[in-house]
Amino acid sequence: MHTNIREWSLLASAVVLLASPCVCRAQITEYQQHQWLGMESHIGNLTGHARAAEMDYRRYCVGCHGELGDGNGENAPWVDPKPRDFELAIFKCRSTPTGTLPTDEDLFNTLARGLDRSNMPQWSTFTKQMRADLVAWVKHFSPRWQTEKPGTPIQIPPEPEVTADRVKAGQAVFQKVECWKCHGVTGKADGPSAATLTDDQNRPLSAYNFTEGARPKCGDTDQDLYRIFMTGMDGTPMPSFADNIQPDEAWDLVFYLRTLEPQKNKEKEIAKQLGLKPVAPSAAPAPAPQQ
Amino acid sequence: MKAHYKAAAMTSALLLLAFGLLCSTRSVNAAGEGKIAGKVKLDGTPPHMKGIDMSKDPYCVKQHENSPAHLENVMVGQGGGLGNVVLYISEGLSGAGASQVPSQEPVFDQKNCMYTPHVLAMDVNQKFKVTTSDQTTHNIHPLPNALAGNIPWNKSQPPGAPPIETSWKTEEVAIPVKCNIHPWMHGYFVVVKGPHATTDDKGSYTIENVPAGSYTVTAWQEEYGTQTQKVTVAAGKPATADFTFKAK
Repeated sequence: MHTNIREWSLLASAVVLLASPCVCRAQITEYQQHQWLGMESHIGNLTGHARAAEMDYRRYCVGCHGELGDGNGENAPWVDPKPRDFELAIFKCRSTPTGTLPTDEDLFNTLARGLDRSNMPQWSTFTKQMRADLVAWVKHFSPRWQTEKPGTPIQIPPEPEVTADRVKAGQAVFQKVECWKCHGVTGKADGPSAATLTDDQNRPLSAYNFTEGARPKCGDTDQDLYRIFMTGMDGTPMPSFADNIQPDEAWDLVFYLRTLEPQKNKEKEIAKQLGLKPVAPSAAPAPAPQQ
Repeated sequence: MKAHYKAAAMTSALLLLAFGLLCSTRSVNAAGEGKIAGKVKLDGTPPHMKGIDMSKDPYCVKQHENSPAHLENVMVGQGGGLGNVVLYISEGLSGAGASQVPSQEPVFDQKNCMYTPHVLAMDVNQKFKVTTSDQTTHNIHPLPNALAGNIPWNKSQPPGAPPIETSWKTEEVAIPVKCNIHPWMHGYFVVVKGPHATTDDKGSYTIENVPAGSYTVTAWQEEYGTQTQKVTVAAGKPATADFTFKAK
């Protein structure tokens, strides 16, 4: 009897001891989490509920994104690029302007698409409801969703017909806004600034290499390409060009970017017929106006 | 009937007079505001400011042919005066004094592949402009703490691009700014509430329009952090507060 009691008390104290660090670490966030567990997501007719996603998050996501959603899961040290910190709510793939929250649909699409050349897989096997619930769960980690609204998605006009003029004009845009400084004159990610690129946490990062045929991180449709240089990829060196590229020019640039890919496509054919040479970086900067 | 007109004319004249008086007393109040002035010094040997290798962008190299570029983290002038120090009132401002947002728009220019000024102080919600004088593309990438209220953004500014006009929502000392294309480009936005000043290249500063009262003045320098001092401002009189940072 005596030993029994002693054993029980030992066990109980062990449990308390083991549990206490967890409680301390998560104190503030746990309190906030309780407040924000009612978070919802709305994707079309679907409504996602954060509470419904808890088990799925623990099963599929926690390993990298961590208990607190701060990107410090147990696998995080071996993952590059690093998992997102959901507390900051800064996301690469958005339809909204730089510096704004993404829409629920943006996060929903990222879950299904995954992020190529990173450890984030495609979760397309999940049901839509599971993904909607997980979007709500992801949002419940950040106080930003309590005070901010997602940005207004940028408008993408209907895609025009590809023409030789447009491909040529696209190259002029590539030259003018100096995409080649990071992505290189042939799209090989070997521009003069490529070697020193870092993300917002000062961790080294490489620019997208167009010549490898790898899928761009935020999708590979013409619309996805258009969107990416108009919104920028927040958290990375890729800025938004929305103030400097007109909608018409943006389509031209999309067509030109296609000529850099290894796959056969219409734009590549046109470039070949035109005998298009890579841009010359030395010709790019015009002499400074003397003041 | 005529009497009525007379009465109306008299009342409006009186009203005008009263209004005029009100305005003049208000301007007297404004004139009664004091200032805080002083000098910020660096004690000890200033650290060596390394030269910058801009060879990755020939345009930038060309701009510095005759004046080699160097880092600007610690700018020491005559007599140890420390430049680019931001001085602001961290305690003692009344709600009204702290909520007046200046209408003038400070400018943060990208010139010769450097930030001019290197440190730009501004009020919460004060509009400011980011401009480019360069014939090379920059991206302007401020990195505030997203959880404290200001949100990071990243925009391209190719040659001839129009200014970016924006503001910050909350106080933050300080927001680092960088250009990913030119990794040496590094500066700061300092967002404070109420009157503030930045030291010139001799380390001198004047905080204008400080109402009479007792305050805590904070001096911020990017390498040496902050220092505070209690200052009492009497109406219409300048108060003095000098600061000395120790070289590391």
